[in-house]
Amino acid sequence: MFETIKNEDFMILSVAMDADIEAARPWIEAVSHDFITLIDQNHLLSSLYNMFNVPQAVWIDETGRVVRPVETGGSLDVVKEYDQAIPGYKPEVAERAARAKSIYIQAVKDWAVNGKASPHLFNPVEARNRVPAMTTEIATAHAKFQLGQYLKRNGRADEADAIFAECRELHPDSWNIYRETSGRTATGLAAGEEFWARVKGLGDKQYYVTIDMEGMPN
Amino acid sequence: MVTVLTETSADEVAGSPGESHSNDELWLSASDTAAITGWSMKPEGFCKDDMCVPTPLGEADKFVKDDAINVSAFWELMGRPVVRSEAADVWLLGEGANLRNDALVSLEAPDFTLPDFDDNLHSLSDFRGKRVLLITWASW
Repeated sequence: MFETIKNEDFMILSVAMDADIEAARPWIEAVSHDFITLIDQNHLLSSLYNMFNVPQAVWIDETGRVVRPVETGGSLDVVKEYDQAIPGYKPEVAERAARAKSIYIQAVKDWAVNGKASPHLFNPVEARNRVPAMTTEIATAHAKFQLGQYLKRNGRADEADAIFAECRELHPDSWNIYRETSGRTATGLAAGEEFWARVKGLGDKQYYVTIDMEGMPN
Repeated sequence: MVTVLTETSADEVAGSPGESHSNDELWLSASDTAAITGWSMKPEGFCKDDMCVPTPLGEADKFVKDDAINVSAFWELMGRPVVRSEAADVWLLGEGANLRNDALVSLEAPDFTLPDFDDNLHSLSDFRGKRVLLITWASW
């Protein structure tokens, strides 16, 4: 989605949060090689940046400072409006999601070109206020997740599954933990009945937290 | 032997040198502790760089015995997650929420090193001097 951004002062570092490298490989081979893609089997970034879903993004300036803390990477919170009967999104919902994505991509392009002059950067106080707080439970969930991944890679899947169940309880808001450690459909998606029941169970909570950016639809 | 994991390392070492222990404790030799965690015993306590955690008064032998260090007890004392497999043969020494929050609020982007699909390692800090859009995705 960012294929047209070409600028030597700017780069995209895309990270696949996939315990299974082979599951991720076809995706990366299908897209442009203009940006670097890394693989994060242990979801280290979830732990470092307090991430809980994909896509999530962080804007980092030339000096290594965060100018937009972790946020939804261009997706609009339309998941609850998914229509199983289609299956898919009604045209007006899809249009709204496409508009949100386009606004986000335009903002990234503007930053890529204009750097500090971009209107989308937060000052340090604004940025700090937008950093999500990590709890002891979340930190423990990430530690257990890494332990579970190690055991799973070493032929101890049953033990790992028991640990993953604890992770899901410790950090119930993490879709990264839930989807990585849950059953997959035939197409490799963790989007079976249980997933949709969980989405429904969100109530007023968002699946994709609305991006704090001018003009962003709800 | 025990396997000791940190967020960035995996080491197989001799556990509990010279001591019988319960499955709830991870005792390592001073040299293994230093090699794996960077922490070591000093007169001030359990230390790394300019940080030191004093050994609780009157409880020294719960934390240190001869050359061995109860790493799990120090980890808990510091409020960091320490988790293990059922058989206590694999341990993970995690990073605490406070440390994470301090790092995130500093707005210094936490550095990391991860492989690409050809197994070449890249660090975020390799790209200093460029604006970086760090963005995640997944196949699932």
